[in-house]
This record gives sequence, C-alpha cells and structure tokens, in this order.
Amino acid sequence: MSEMTNKWIGTSTIRPDGVDKVVGRAQYAADSTLPGMIWGKVLRSPHPHAIIRSIDTSKAEALPGVKSVVTAKDIVDFSVGTPVPLGIQDMRWMCRNVMAREKALFHGHPVAAVAAMSADIAAKACELIEVDYEVLPWAIEIDDAIAPDAPILHDFIKFEGKPSNIAGTLEHKLGDIEAGFEEADVIVERSFDTRPVHQGYIEPHACLVSVAADGKTTIWSSSQGQFMVRAMTAFLTGIPQSDIRAIPAEIGGGFGGKTIIYLEPVAAMLSKKSGRPVKMVMTREEVMRATGPTSGAKSMVKIGAKKDGTIVSAQATHYLQAGAFPGSPIRGACGCCFAPYDIPNVYTLGYDVVSNRSKVAAYRAPGSPIGAFAVESTMDELAEQLGIDPLELRLKNAAKQGTKAAHGPVYPVMGYAETVKAALAHDHYKAPLGKFQGRGVASGYWFNAGGESSAQVNITEDGNVVVTTGHPDIGGSRASIANITAELLGIDYRRVSVLIGDTATIGYSNLTGGSRVLFASAMVVTQSTEKVIETLKGLAAKIWGIPADAVTWSDGAARPAGDNAGKFEPLTLEQLAARANESGGPIGAGTQLNTTGAEGGFATHICDVEVDVELGIVRVVRYTSFQDVGKAVHPAYVEGQMQGGAVQGIGWALNEEYIYNKDGKVDNPGFLDYRMPVCSDVPMLDNVMIEVPNPKHPQGVRGVGEVPLVPPLAAIRNAVYNALGIRFNSLPMSPPRVLERLDAMREAAE
Amino acid sequence: MAKLHVTTTINGEPTEFLCEPHHTMLDVLRDNLGLTGSKEGCGSGDCGACSITLDDRLVCSCLMLAAEAEGHEIKTIEGMAEGDKLHPLQQKFLEMAALQCGICTPGVLVAADALLKKNPNPSETEVRYWLAGNLCRCTGYDKIVRAVLETAAEMRGAAE
Ligand code: FES
Ligand code: FES
Repeated sequence: MSEMTNKWIGTSTIRPDGVDKVVGRAQYAADSTLPGMIWGKVLRSPHPHAIIRSIDTSKAEALPGVKSVVTAKDIVDFSVGTPVPLGIQDMRWMCRNVMAREKALFHGHPVAAVAAMSADIAAKACELIEVDYEVLPWAIEIDDAIAPDAPILHDFIKFEGKPSNIAGTLEHKLGDIEAGFEEADVIVERSFDTRPVHQGYIEPHACLVSVAADGKTTIWSSSQGQFMVRAMTAFLTGIPQSDIRAIPAEIGGGFGGKTIIYLEPVAAMLSKKSGRPVKMVMTREEVMRATGPTSGAKSMVKIGAKKDGTIVSAQATHYLQAGAFPGSPIRGACGCCFAPYDIPNVYTLGYDVVSNRSKVAAYRAPGSPIGAFAVESTMDELAEQLGIDPLELRLKNAAKQGTKAAHGPVYPVMGYAETVKAALAHDHYKAPLGKFQGRGVASGYWFNAGGESSAQVNITEDGNVVVTTGHPDIGGSRASIANITAELLGIDYRRVSVLIGDTATIGYSNLTGGSRVLFASAMVVTQSTEKVIETLKGLAAKIWGIPADAVTWSDGAARPAGDNAGKFEPLTLEQLAARANESGGPIGAGTQLNTTGAEGGFATHICDVEVDVELGIVRVVRYTSFQDVGKAVHPAYVEGQMQGGAVQGIGWALNEEYIYNKDGKVDNPGFLDYRMPVCSDVPMLDNVMIEVPNPKHPQGVRGVGEVPLVPPLAAIRNAVYNALGIRFNSLPMSPPRVLERLDAMREAAE
Repeated sequence: MAKLHVTTTINGEPTEFLCEPHHTMLDVLRDNLGLTGSKEGCGSGDCGACSITLDDRLVCSCLMLAAEAEGHEIKTIEGMAEGDKLHPLQQKFLEMAALQCGICTPGVLVAADALLKKNPNPSETEVRYWLAGNLCRCTGYDKIVRAVLETAAEMRGAAE
C-alpha cells in the first residue's frame, strides 16, 4: 500500500448509483417488464411431509388466460445417487428444492407453477391443480429429527450405517482436549439453543425471464450472483450456459439469502413452454415459508481455564438445522466459535441435521453467530467464576499473529486484541448503569474470502472512466470501487462510473457474499487500472517521442520522469483520451483473477440493555462495535455494515424466531408476527473502526460485512444476565420468555 | 368482472386508469402506471416500502384499494424531486450514506417528508416512532435517523 495520503480512499464519497435509488428509478427485479410479458405463480405444498402420488394439471391448463404449467417433470432430475456440486450447492438438492419431486418436504415446498395473462389468473389456476398426497409423519425440531424413531426425510442419507436425518459431520481438532481439561482449575460446561431466523431482506425474490424460440434466454433477477443464476438455471433447465444471459437487477438486500435460486428455472420453463416472457415475484409469506432462513441450533460448550484466566482446553458440539436438504453452516459454527482465542487444545464437532423445514440458506457469517452465542456466553460465565473482567479474560487469551487456529490457519497480522483493548478503554465500558440495566460484551470472527473476480476499466473519449465488475452491489460497493479507481488514476471520483456487468459482458465472478466483494473486486480493478495507466504512459511517450519508462503518472496526468527525459508539459487523462485514436487506439484493460490472501475479521461489541420487568421487554439502550476492518475504503458504508449487522443481531437475540404450529406449519410468516427490529426499537449505534490493513491486499482490505452479526447474540444475552441475574441459554429473549423467567425468579424469592 | 374507471391526480398530473375492484393502489402504480418507485416488501402494511401520500396523508399503498384514489391526490417517490433538483431529504440521504441496498429508501423518504411537513423540528424519539412503520434491514436505522434530523435542521435554517 502506498504511504501517500489518500485523497479518495478512506473518504465517504457519494455513491455512483445513489441518485437513481433516492428518486425511485433504480430498477429492481420486480420493476422490470417486457413486451408480451405474463405472470407466474407457484403452487406450494400444504403439508410438511408427504409423498406426491400424482399431479393433475388439466383443469388449470383449461382455464382461460393460462399459458403454461410446470411441474418437477419439466426440471432436470439429478438422481440422488451421485453428488453434482456447484459451488457450495448440490444440484441433487437444488432440483428438488426448486420443485418437489418424490416428496414434499416442508409446508410451502413448490409443487407446480403456472404462467397466465395476469397474476390473478395464475393464482386461480394454481387452486385448480389437483395433487394426490400421502401425508407422512414429520419432524421439525432437532430433537425430533435425531430421535431413534424419527421419520426419515431421505432414505439414502445414512449415518453410522443406518438411514438417518444426520446428513454429515465436521470436526476440528487441535492438541489434546482431555489432557487440557486435566490442567484446568475451573471448567464451565453449558448447553444452548437458538431458533432459525430469516435474513429478512425487504425485497422479496423476483425475476423476469424470457426464453426465445431458439432457446436464447435472458434473466433479470434479484440475486447475489448473476453467474450463479446462469449456472444453476442451466443445470436445472438443460439450457446451455452460453444461451443464458443473466442480468443482475439492483438487489434489495440479501445477507446470504440470495446466494441460491428459487424462481429462475421455473420461470424459464414457464417461458419456454408459453413462448412469452414470464415475471415471478414472491409474496412475503412465500419468502418466509420457502426461502432462507438460517439454522436453528443446539450447542454444548465446555471451556477449562487456570486460575489466572489462561484457557487450556475448549470443546464445542453444534447441531445445526439444515432444513429439508443437507447443507447447514456447520463450518462457520465449528470454525469460528473459538477463533478469537489462542487455546492449545480445541475440539469442535458439528452435525448437519435435516428436518421438515425450508432449506436453510446462508445468512451473514453463516454459522458463526450461532457458535459465538454458545462460546461467548460460556466465556461470560467463566469470567465470573474466575473473578476476572470479561474483556480482560478475552484479552489474556486473545489470538494474535502466529496463533494456530483450530480450523487450520496460523494467523498473520491481525487486530483482534486491538478490538478488546479499544473496548476496555472506551467510555462506554465505564459508564454508570441504572436500575434493571446491564452491560454485556462478546467477540466474534469471520473467515472472509477471496475467489474469482473480473473487472474491466475503460477510458471514454472525453477522458472519464467506466469500471465494470461482476459482483452485484448490495450495500454500496460501487462507491468503494469509484474511490479506488479515482485514487489510482489521480482524478476526481465523480469522473468514475461503476457498472455491474451481466454474464455476457464481464468475465466470471463469484457471488457477492462472504465479505469477499471489495477484497476481490478491488484487486482486479487495481490491476486493470494499473494496466490502463501503463497504456496512458505509452501514449504520452509516443506523443513526446521518448521511451515509455521515461514517463510517470501522477495527479491524473502523464509527466516526464525527470529532466533527462526531456521537458514536456504534462498530458492529462482528458488530453490523452482525446488523442487516443491518432496515437494508439482504445484505452482499456480487463483482469480476471482467482483472488487469494483474504484474512479473517474480528470484532468485539459492548451492549447495554434495560429490562422492563413488568412486561418482559428487553431494550437495547447503548451499543458500541469495535472491529478490525482492515482498511475502510468507504468509512460510511463500513459503519453501515457494522450498524446493520448489530441490529440484525438485536433482532435475533430478542425477538425473531420461526414459530411452528402443531400441524408443522409456520405460524408467523409475515412482518407483523415475525418481529424484526423497527426504528423505535434501537438506539443510535456507535462504531470504532480499527484499521489493521491486510498486507496481502493492495488497499489493505479485509472484508467487513459478516463479522458485525457475530457478537451481538451473546453480548445482549450477557447484558441481560448483568441486568437481571438470569442466564438465558436459549434465544430469543422475547417478552413471554423473559416474563416466564422473571416470574419463576419472583416465585422462588417468595 | 367489469373494470373500474378511476380519475385521480398523481404527482400533480391528472391521471386515469382502469383497475379491478380488488386491486391495490400499489398494484396499479407499479403494474398499470409504470411508477415502480413504490416497492412491495410485505403487501400487508408492515414494512412501509410502499408508502405514498393520499391528500397529504401518509398511507401504505398496499393497504389502499386503487378505486379509493378516485377524486383524490396521490404523491409518490417519483414526485419528490423537482425536475433535476433533489428534495433536501434525498440529497442528505446520499451525503450521509443513509441507504445501503436502497429498497426501503423510497418509502422511508416519503414517510420522512410527511413527518417534516407535520413537524419541522422532530426529536430523535419522534423520528424513530414516526419511521417505526418503515422496515430497513440494512442500515440499523442510525444513518437514516441522523439524515432526517440533519435535513430538518437545514430546512429550518433555510426557512428562517
Ligand atoms: S408493502 Fe405496503 S407496507 Fe409493506
Ligand atoms: S437500505 Fe436495504 S432495506 Fe434499507
């Protein structure tokens, strides 16, 4: 990284796509229309678990206005015998999740779909489809799914040789935990559980798909990855990838939940069969029943420490709900839960458990908040038993450069301890508390990621810049890209336009997710811009008639390198662009890379709560996040990530949960009863950004989006303990649950 | 079923449309009139992404029947800027990064505008309770609340 002071990197510029968004003109997937477009709707299973004996679509097809009907027969079948991996997804599950095949596995599982002249007609036609179900017993909760007599979802999944709902395990080992526990003076062992929560993006899934008579397919959809949309749609429809153009619409939130597809292949088949473009938009109820959420979990944690607070051994077992198909985030839970600490003996074990719920999808640091809730809550109790301040305990055991983590890496330079020190020194940590108020702390880790990324940087004839990358901009990444490009070129950031390319116009790029986008795209944008600067220097050299290496680039202009290079007036970007055609032609460069060198991110949060002991309501009254953000390329949007993550964590800790009724159906599939935090539920949110730049990245980027959701669950839970003396080992701490515990405490006191 | 003919005013323009009796104002804005700035986040009045004003009163357009627009005046996010001049709230939201994905933003802006018209000097608490009907999953609300308060202060300054 250059030691020069940055003009744009590190400043909160106005995002290039902002004006369209504040005037309501930005085009999200549901905002698109095409000539001749018709509407698609999905028929969903009314049962949590049932064999599909037959489907009769004849009445629906006969309804005037209906143009096509699709069932599992129209989706490519991947037999369950052989894995067909695509990224982290397996097409065997994806084809069955998109459209139920042998069985319906959750209430809301798609069974058929209709396209018609209006959404009303399509909905009416769905009601006319006759499905013959054989209803089966179901299992929703982990304990029911792993019970010896549990109904088995998939016969072919075997665990320890027998058909099982345990679809897989994962373990991490370091040292010898038994020997470690022998050395411990204090051991704390506790169990925890959390409920599934939904990503809760405000924009429901939507797509518009047009399949022409020759198979050429165009998809506009709300997704975290247009290349993922292209590949999965191709797999599930049989249309070659080269015939599919996936165009990323603006995306109204994702948080991991839009890293898989639900509607696109269905709409493609409806379009193919009808010969018309098809638009499909989920209702909120469909989103809640049949997309996301992240896992609910059961965790057991055991930590042993010496009297002086040195942790000598640690163990965690996590059972995570996968929903109807394998694939819960056990890697995040097992890999991240002890990652902030330097512990010689560690063992983590994760179980991936299927049950009759919608298939889980990634949610911001998938698995890590669940693991951290269990471990960071146990740490709080350990601190109390040892009589050590909880932040001091964390500092004493903080992982640092050279620490070997249980999930594999030996850490390079990193800023975890700095987050704890900053928290200890912050006035928030010393502020007095009132009656029924309490303060809690917790830490968290996320791996971060690199991966495939592509960028193209083109100079326009009037000397401005167009940057195209392949990652949907979900939270303002275009602003950071503009900052970096302007910085490297030495021009005003307003001269840089940043576009998101579709699959036909930019090279392959992996998903927007895992806190990887700025890390990866900044690398390819940097390389492309550097190539452009080389071209510009070459043009100037040609014009001046001197060697290219006698030209330097600074402040937006080519300059002779020194006195013996000759005396020439600088040639600005505009001047060079205007003369490009006479001196060498178009100016532009692209880069495609599988980026490496991503480093983990750490955070520590302090939270104050106040409990209304009459109503059982826990209110967060003060919140401060401390995070090693690597380099904050656009500080306001880094803060936005920290603040948004904290509030999602507040929702997870205090209110959000899927409530199933006795019929195996979700009882709260809407924003009225699935209670996400609203504006009046939360205070202003303080952020302390600690910048320990990633040495393996040109701008020092680490990735910032995921970590903010990791510490809140335990921080809030620890604060509630501090306020009431009641330890909640099960989330959410919703008013009825808090009241129940308060009443029990009051009764016990009588 | 026969369609209803509705005569109304939208963002100052006399507007006529045909709709089914059960269609919401949000359906008609988005699907008949091409005004897609109002978003559907829930369809049940719980997220505020579809906020518009009906005769200057803030309403969820997903809860209003399109037929109810007859003879009334509707304003949507598309009518908030004047030509190419952004409303001070829109400008402040950009400057203060008070939007991330931007899907809640039109509804939040319409609601915030309605608040400042009613109460040009709201407290933080008043802003928070007024905007409690507008869900935002990205920002944690901090920057939204700050942007509204700051705009209010600037607009009061400009008005003096
Ligand atoms: S769409 Fe109208 S309030 Fe959510
Ligand atoms: S900015 Fe994404 S929901 Fe508000």
